[in-house]
Amino acid sequence: MAGTIRVRATASGDATEVQSLIRHPMDSGFVKDAKGELIPAHHIEVVQFEHGGKTVFTALWGPAVSKDPYLKFSFKGGKAGDELKVSWVDNKGASDSLVTKIQ
Amino acid sequence: MLRKTFMAAAIVACTAAPLLAAGDVDPQADFKAFRKYFTERFPKVPLNDFVNGPYSMDEGLRKQWKAIDEFPPYEFAVEQGKQMFATPFKNGKSYADCFPNKGIGIRQMYPMFDTKTGKVVTLELAVNQCREANGEKPFDMAKDDMAAITAYMAFTSRGKPFDIKIPDDPRALAAYKKGEEYFYSRRGQLNFSCASCHVQNPGNHIRTEVLAPALGITAALPIYRSAWGGMGTTTRRFQTCNAQVRGEPLPAGDEDYSAVEYFLSYMSNGLPISGPGARP
Repeated sequence: MAGTIRVRATASGDATEVQSLIRHPMDSGFVKDAKGELIPAHHIEVVQFEHGGKTVFTALWGPAVSKDPYLKFSFKGGKAGDELKVSWVDNKGASDSLVTKIQ
Repeated sequence: MLRKTFMAAAIVACTAAPLLAAGDVDPQADFKAFRKYFTERFPKVPLNDFVNGPYSMDEGLRKQWKAIDEFPPYEFAVEQGKQMFATPFKNGKSYADCFPNKGIGIRQMYPMFDTKTGKVVTLELAVNQCREANGEKPFDMAKDDMAAITAYMAFTSRGKPFDIKIPDDPRALAAYKKGEEYFYSRRGQLNFSCASCHVQNPGNHIRTEVLAPALGITAALPIYRSAWGGMGTTTRRFQTCNAQVRGEPLPAGDEDYSAVEYFLSYMSNGLPISGPGARP
């Protein structure tokens, strides 16, 4: 699933604020379709953000997170021009990643 | 005997006069009264802000919206729409061939009245007409592909003022009037009209939602509505509104929906397109 990640990282002072939007159905596995059959669980399990070779943020997601999840957090460090890598893996083994530059 | 004749004559008169003389409908007077009502009721709301619906009415909601707008949930639909717009039909033509200015920056002109067919054409109907004229199947008017393409078209028109025209044609005036009547007529088990919520109660809560003012209400469509978990077109919103008052939703493309969109967009003339929008 390529092209699912949108991310914006802004450095201000000694911290970097990161916002991301990931396109993913995030099916919980509990919802039934129009025919009355369960839509199988299909959701992201791990989201990871890496900067300077270190993991600065990890999210362990499950059925409770909604479709097209939006995430916002800050981490200490990072300056404009640095690279930030975002990656996710879902319960079906699919994944995507993106490298962006901090603004 | 006289009474029967009178009744018969009255029935004939009622069914034989579908067209209106210019004097019966005065859209310009309606426009002035509509605008005066909202600007007087909400003197602190800048005129152009009415297009932001509930966010123009509630500060707390506005803050949440501004935060979401950094990564708007409709972004994916706009991108998909852009790709669809650039992809030619099987016959080699594309959407650009059906619309003025290649379909870019023209959303604010819809709905428009087609004097050839005598019908109101909304943007959604125009997209499907374009598809059918080029041998493609029409889209479901409520969501998915239609929402993506109209989201893209709305996005290219952001900031442009509504420019809805009512030509000097009794059929156009009749369509406008039909829309106005639809807007003010009560329906459904809850017996609400559109006006019950959007004229009498903008800014107030209905359950957990803040009601939008009718002024500018079509400017943000299509919308990503969190309650839907996805995109929806003008058609979808109208159908949901009908269902919300426990009324019967009309089928997509129904003339009443085109008429009420025509009326509402005309009332919003001059106000900027804010679509595609994000709503709770």
